[in-house]
Amino acid sequence: MGTDGLANAAPSGTTLLEVRDLHTYFPTRRGVVKAVNGVSFEVEAASSLGIVGESGSGKSVMSLSIMGLIEPPGYIASGSVIFKGRDITGLRDAEMRSIRGREIGLVFQEPMSALNPVYKVGDQVIEALRAHARIGRSEARDRAIELFRLVGIPAPEQRVKEYPRSLSGGMRQRVVIAMAIANNPQLAILDEPTTALDVTTQAQILDLVRDLGERLETAVVLITHDIAVVSEMCSQVIVMYGGRIMERATSAQIVDDPKHPYTVGLISSVPSPELKGQRLRAIDGSVPNPLAMPSGCPFATRCPNVMEQCAAMPPTVTLNDRRQVACWLFQ
Amino acid sequence: MLAVPMTNPGQGPLLEIQDLKTHFPMRGNPFSRTKSVVKAVDGVSFTVQPGETLGLVGESGCGKTTLGRSIVRLEQPTSGQVLFEGRDLRDLPPKEMKRVRRDIQMIFQDPKGSLDPRMRVSEIVGEGLAVQDTVPRNDRDELVSEMLAVVGLRKEYLHRYPHEFSGGQRQRIGIARALMLHPKLVIADEAVSALDVSVQSQVLNLLADLQRDFQLTYVFIAHDLSVVEYISDRVGVMYLGKIVEIAPAGELYANPLMPYSQALLSAIPGGPRTRGRQRIALRGEVPSPLDPPSGCPFRTRCWKAQDICSSVPPPLVEQEPGHFAACHFAEAI
Repeated sequence: MGTDGLANAAPSGTTLLEVRDLHTYFPTRRGVVKAVNGVSFEVEAASSLGIVGESGSGKSVMSLSIMGLIEPPGYIASGSVIFKGRDITGLRDAEMRSIRGREIGLVFQEPMSALNPVYKVGDQVIEALRAHARIGRSEARDRAIELFRLVGIPAPEQRVKEYPRSLSGGMRQRVVIAMAIANNPQLAILDEPTTALDVTTQAQILDLVRDLGERLETAVVLITHDIAVVSEMCSQVIVMYGGRIMERATSAQIVDDPKHPYTVGLISSVPSPELKGQRLRAIDGSVPNPLAMPSGCPFATRCPNVMEQCAAMPPTVTLNDRRQVACWLFQ
Repeated sequence: MLAVPMTNPGQGPLLEIQDLKTHFPMRGNPFSRTKSVVKAVDGVSFTVQPGETLGLVGESGCGKTTLGRSIVRLEQPTSGQVLFEGRDLRDLPPKEMKRVRRDIQMIFQDPKGSLDPRMRVSEIVGEGLAVQDTVPRNDRDELVSEMLAVVGLRKEYLHRYPHEFSGGQRQRIGIARALMLHPKLVIADEAVSALDVSVQSQVLNLLADLQRDFQLTYVFIAHDLSVVEYISDRVGVMYLGKIVEIAPAGELYANPLMPYSQALLSAIPGGPRTRGRQRIALRGEVPSPLDPPSGCPFRTRCWKAQDICSSVPPPLVEQEPGHFAACHFAEAI
């Protein structure tokens, strides 16, 4: 538990999570939305991976797929999610619950949706603890207070007795993070954890996540639309578009030397002080209707380098600098 | 009166705000004699020169949206002056005010919430023309479709409804509506915040083009510090209803003098790494605007706070040419 309980941690360098050719579909009256359309990646123990994408890129559906939280009629059409060598793709709810919250912690954008408004926040952390470990109430209470202290909530003895509504957005997100790490998980998945927060609060929460990831040796998967957040937090970055991975590289490679035309467009769309007075190199058009995605490369309709081959999905290739790109320009 | 920041005293400012206060009375405890008041905007002064873009940044609850709405008089200011081309809007008779409303327009954050779902694009964009009744009804659609072309939308969209458009297109419709009456001043409140970054850059480019082509003056209100730095000539930082620092954009971001601005700018993600500056972690949270601290609003969280900060509100004074900061201990990091 806490800072000393590292028994749960896997040695770094080993593969903790592996996503293999995952496809998650949502049938609608007007056709099938292929929200995740062939995504593969691995997460090593005690590492940090950022997943960036704009709305409709499939990044959130992917995280829900990993956690077995896809609501019908959505379903995982093919592919698998392997956690610590075990295929957890089709697990039954009860089995999945023993992994969620114990071995994989979850943090979502809106902390209020993860907290029950009618229970005291301390009781909710105690419940999270007791759901996965056989400990008594008073021991769980002590741990909850310790967790609150760990996530930087001042006066934890008082705060455990409060209801979510009397906490600020930043404090609520700290409570959710306390719940996510309560059982010392090996993997934490954070989906837009700071998007609803002010920038100074965001900085505090990001510092906390980075610090906890290092201290508890928890692998962190951070999903966000904000490339600046990812570049600050994660060593490796995956760029998603139209349900597929466009590029995977180190965050320095992504920010300073993007290769895929979509990544190039994304990076040069971000306003920076150096570009003041100049036009931004925007990406033309907008994300295609999810029901009418191009059959080949999903970025083909907006790509400045589009070619004939783009009608077929390009395979992912690994370049000399070890980055992976899915684009015919690099075949 | 405190010093009013001016950049170009030779030319008259387009907009001049003097000690503006917008307070909202709260329905308080019926047994209590003291009425509680939210001081959303609490003594703000600044000027905006013609053709300039003034950015306003601050975190939620700092009063930046109320300030923008007070300028276009969507909120009724409690006291202070809003001078547009030298005339106090508060004194204008209704007829004159209606005339001035053409010159001051607003772009809102949420293009979904600010466009009536039951109105066609022609009605939404042409509503100002109808209200002002300056052009015959038959000519309105022609003018609207010209404006659609200006903001990068096709003429065929004239008879469609808002739900048929993407977020970026809806924001273009909101921009077309704001520009339809050829305003001089546009207040943009979080105008690109709801957009994906690749679409946001398109809209930022459009706003820059329109400023050049129509000689627009912008007050650009946003929480995104990088966007504001990019688009603004000068930037004001707000905290608890007050402007605590205002300076040319490059100067402010490179050399903030007031501790809150320093902490705020250090929190830009990716910032400390690329700018080689230490992040300043703020302690505590923004105090309630119902009960703001005496003296300097930031003193409860400030690492430089002394006795004077709780007794004397620091005036916004010119620390360096064109660079105003409200702090008893203003200095560069």
